[in-house]
Amino acid sequence: MTAVNRVVVTGLGAVTPLGQTTPVYWDNLKAGVSGLGPITLPPSSEELTQKVAAEVKNFDPLKHFAERQLSTLDRVSQFAVVAAREAIAQSGLVFDMPLSVRTAAIVGTGVGGQTTHDDSFRRVYVEKRTRVFPLTIPKLMVNAPASQVSMACGLRGPAFAVASACASATHAIGLAFHMVRAGQVDCAVTGGAEACITFGTVRGWEAMRVMSPDVCRPFSKDRMGLILGEGAAMVVLEPLERAQARGANILGEIVGFGMSADAADLTAPDQGGMVRAMQSALADARMVPADIQYINAHGTGTAANDETETKALHEAFGPHAEKLAVSSTKSMVGHALGAAGALELVATILAVRESIVPPTIGYLAPDPACDLDYVPNTARSLAIEAALSNSFAFGGLNAVLAVKKFA
Amino acid sequence: MSDVASDVIAIIAKKKRVEKPTVEITDNLADLGLESLDAVEMIFDIEEKFDIQIPYNANTNNPRTEFETVGDVVKAVEALVAQKKL
Repeated sequence: MTAVNRVVVTGLGAVTPLGQTTPVYWDNLKAGVSGLGPITLPPSSEELTQKVAAEVKNFDPLKHFAERQLSTLDRVSQFAVVAAREAIAQSGLVFDMPLSVRTAAIVGTGVGGQTTHDDSFRRVYVEKRTRVFPLTIPKLMVNAPASQVSMACGLRGPAFAVASACASATHAIGLAFHMVRAGQVDCAVTGGAEACITFGTVRGWEAMRVMSPDVCRPFSKDRMGLILGEGAAMVVLEPLERAQARGANILGEIVGFGMSADAADLTAPDQGGMVRAMQSALADARMVPADIQYINAHGTGTAANDETETKALHEAFGPHAEKLAVSSTKSMVGHALGAAGALELVATILAVRESIVPPTIGYLAPDPACDLDYVPNTARSLAIEAALSNSFAFGGLNAVLAVKKFA
Repeated sequence: MSDVASDVIAIIAKKKRVEKPTVEITDNLADLGLESLDAVEMIFDIEEKFDIQIPYNANTNNPRTEFETVGDVVKAVEALVAQKKL
């Protein structure tokens, strides 16, 4: 395989706590709006200790799907398909032959159909019913979002799920980027989806003792942890030549992807792993630290991540770290786990395109351990030539994408 | 030694990461080689054992600075258990 394509983005889709389309999501990010609120998803969460999450509020499946389709679609797949449709509509692509068989659908998700899991377990363990709904298994499988995107959009090339917890979407998009770059496929619809705000999952996160009771304040003094989020985001990737030949509106360019594993602690972040993933993304993009102006940080709002990520940025960027604008959009949309990297890549692409850095909201005051420029509370105009989007997962799996302004 | 003390010691002993035949009430927690996840798992074990709620956020609480010795943990658990009985 000799083809080495430049890979451009021609479509964006997003279903998020800040809006169920990309334009609304992006406007709210720029305005520094918080998508956090009381947990409302059934079954009612009175019993939960955790009261706050970033839900995709008032999501109405019947606006997007026929009623009979819904027996096949967990909330996570609904988000994935809605985001994919938006991205494809923006790209203007029609997936007839032969493009259909030359297009990949690669979708990251951390846990898959968690609502279906929870509901089914409740039926058999609590309600003592003897049967669950017939499509329980294909609804909850971790590849369901990838399969449903493939089916709903007629994508017949390589299609599969990528699972690496909080880095799932970034790994998925990075892999799709490499496939398009190498000419293995002519197009990719790729991103991530998660719908993990269920009673059982929230209980699991409570037990880890890493959630903030109210607000997510990445990199700030007095931060108290992460807030769970949910949603999906998708991008359409294609070779520059193809996009130009059909007169597509090019939104940005993906130029690098780096991965690493810590092979250390199961949950504690690792500076070395983070540094190697960022350096590998820069090398893949044939860029040097000084080429980057903006970092969309992993920035979960936990004490450990934000301090370690700051140290990693110092190590990877040297003196240039001081000049970087670093922000965490998780302050506004929470941590959407397997979808997070996709939500953040969409934000990064639009930040580069419009020369506006979305802020880190909830920022109170500097923490001596976090001494970079986190764009506190208010968006900022900044000429950005290139940016990184960081994702660092439980299990020590790290993934970083590099984005460049298209010119 | 109280029942609470022996139960807490047994829970901590399961998680220690240093070669040491026994855990004593006077041991410093710092000397037991405990890691951050060990704290979360010990708190769970203690909550389950005594049916109590321990308010703990890994971002803001540091058991290695809030509690010096095994005895300090025992005292805190005894207080929570006593509170429950009221």
